[in-house]
Amino acid sequence: MDLLHWFTAPLQHEFMVKAILVSALVGLVCSVLSCYMTLKSWALMGDAVSHAVMPGVVIAYVLKIPLAIGAFIFGVGSVIAIGFIKAQTRIKEDTVIGLVFTGFFALGLVLVSKTPSSVDLTHILFGNVLGISNADIIQTVIISAITLVTIALFRKDLLLFCFDPTHARSIGLNIGALHYTLLSLLSLTAVAGLQTVGIILVVAMLVTPGATAYLLTDRFDRMMVLAMLSGVFSSVIGTYISYHIDGATGGCIVVVQTLLFVLAMIFAPKHGLLVRARQNRIA
Amino acid sequence: MHSANRYPTHFYLVHSSPANSYPAHASAHSSSAASAAHAPAASIDVENLTIAYHGKVALHGATLQLKAGSICGLVGMNGAGKSTLFKAIMGFVKPVTGRVLINGLPVRRVQKQNVVAYVPQAEEVDWNFPVSVYDVVMMGRYGYMNFLRIPSARDRQVVRESLEKLQIWELRDRQIGELSGGQKKRTFFARALAQQGTVLLLDEPFTGVDVKTEKAMIDLLLELRQQGHTILISTHDLASITTFCDQVVLINRTILAYGDTSEVFTQENLSRTFGGGLADLPFTKSRLARGSQEER
Repeated sequence: MDLLHWFTAPLQHEFMVKAILVSALVGLVCSVLSCYMTLKSWALMGDAVSHAVMPGVVIAYVLKIPLAIGAFIFGVGSVIAIGFIKAQTRIKEDTVIGLVFTGFFALGLVLVSKTPSSVDLTHILFGNVLGISNADIIQTVIISAITLVTIALFRKDLLLFCFDPTHARSIGLNIGALHYTLLSLLSLTAVAGLQTVGIILVVAMLVTPGATAYLLTDRFDRMMVLAMLSGVFSSVIGTYISYHIDGATGGCIVVVQTLLFVLAMIFAPKHGLLVRARQNRIA
Repeated sequence: MHSANRYPTHFYLVHSSPANSYPAHASAHSSSAASAAHAPAASIDVENLTIAYHGKVALHGATLQLKAGSICGLVGMNGAGKSTLFKAIMGFVKPVTGRVLINGLPVRRVQKQNVVAYVPQAEEVDWNFPVSVYDVVMMGRYGYMNFLRIPSARDRQVVRESLEKLQIWELRDRQIGELSGGQKKRTFFARALAQQGTVLLLDEPFTGVDVKTEKAMIDLLLELRQQGHTILISTHDLASITTFCDQVVLINRTILAYGDTSEVFTQENLSRTFGGGLADLPFTKSRLARGSQEER
């Protein structure tokens, strides 16, 4: 009875229904992408892009154009900047990434502080899914549709690109196009995630579900399904928890995701710590 | 004494032999000058190729021609330019000078035709990747599918035949990390077979492989040669070269020598390739190996 009430009480508020649905959708889309991020070792890249969209978001606010467009330009711009500096100087990639994304992020902070009060910094940094506007919901749905359709169409090419770029190239696949497709999707989903958990925690949405699923299976298709399940579950439960404890929604979602990861790490059937410990004892 | 960059021109005499005069063990010297004009175009034709990365020359003035139906061993130290040569043949690097032709066409035009199949070194593969043996071999068929990469009955049949040929059909559902070293090699060899290209590039195929797999792979290479494939193999396993390679390319930032194995694979050339006395041991071993090969 209490449990039922726990689930039904928030649904009496329209903003909570919206928040739960939007979080679930964002959780789904980010989880799909997180599989590729994990396998391609692009966690740091995800972190970089999600921070680098900041100035784009602020400029889009001021110009009253969709946030996604501003974010997309700066997200892809940061990736191009990273690629350029890496190719043209002797500086190593992780340094370049750290340098570029903090530079973009700092520019975003300056822009926020110098723009009229229309931009709420905390909403960008930590998300504001409870107060999400209808326009933002439409934007999130469009981004989700683009991402899901693209991945559905190029799922196998993207997988081959992650697994064996040499082979992909040798059979004439356009590696550059696949690379930028994945990075463009990353920029777009960073905007979607920004609405729910904010810039700072977006990278968790883009990494954790994939990592959790990776520990649970050795099949890519199953990994995708498990990532989506854990992503959607975390988003929904996290939003509920934030309502009941009156805590930060983004924080709650990511904490649930992280707990799921810890459970997977310990109890995973083949790659879990318990199984490994038992194997070591036998060996 | 030879200087490192001098071209051993006498080895290039091999060009003038007709295309299919390289049986595995015999040393054929049927050099009829007239036949050169009628010889079919080389299936791999590297002309005066120079490749540089960031201004550093990795390969200089490399020229070689490999004919259909031959197996060629590529021998050189680490960093001698073997991988660079492979990349050039696959069309991944832009040459500073020269060019590479596959069946008489520029590499980039050949890429989409699935002509060149590459078997990577074990270290290049992420063995924890969530793909099965079957998935990997099916990747060899992607070039034949439309952009959704939905396998046809034909694709599935070719994959099955390739897996059976390498005797890993039973392992098809294994995740690739759960394989032995030999099984891993067989998987990627099967992918190259499934690709059905006529040019096969193998990068260190015998490293970390059991004797049984090595023998199975060599038998298969000999069979492919019979069918007219062109095979280029980089290997440290000098002992096995004389047993199945028709030709040898010795490389150290440039092509030091290339041609018929029996002519080029000499102690003298090997010491130039590896620099000094290092070559003594492998060469002795290769002699022993050839001896035991002939007993069989």
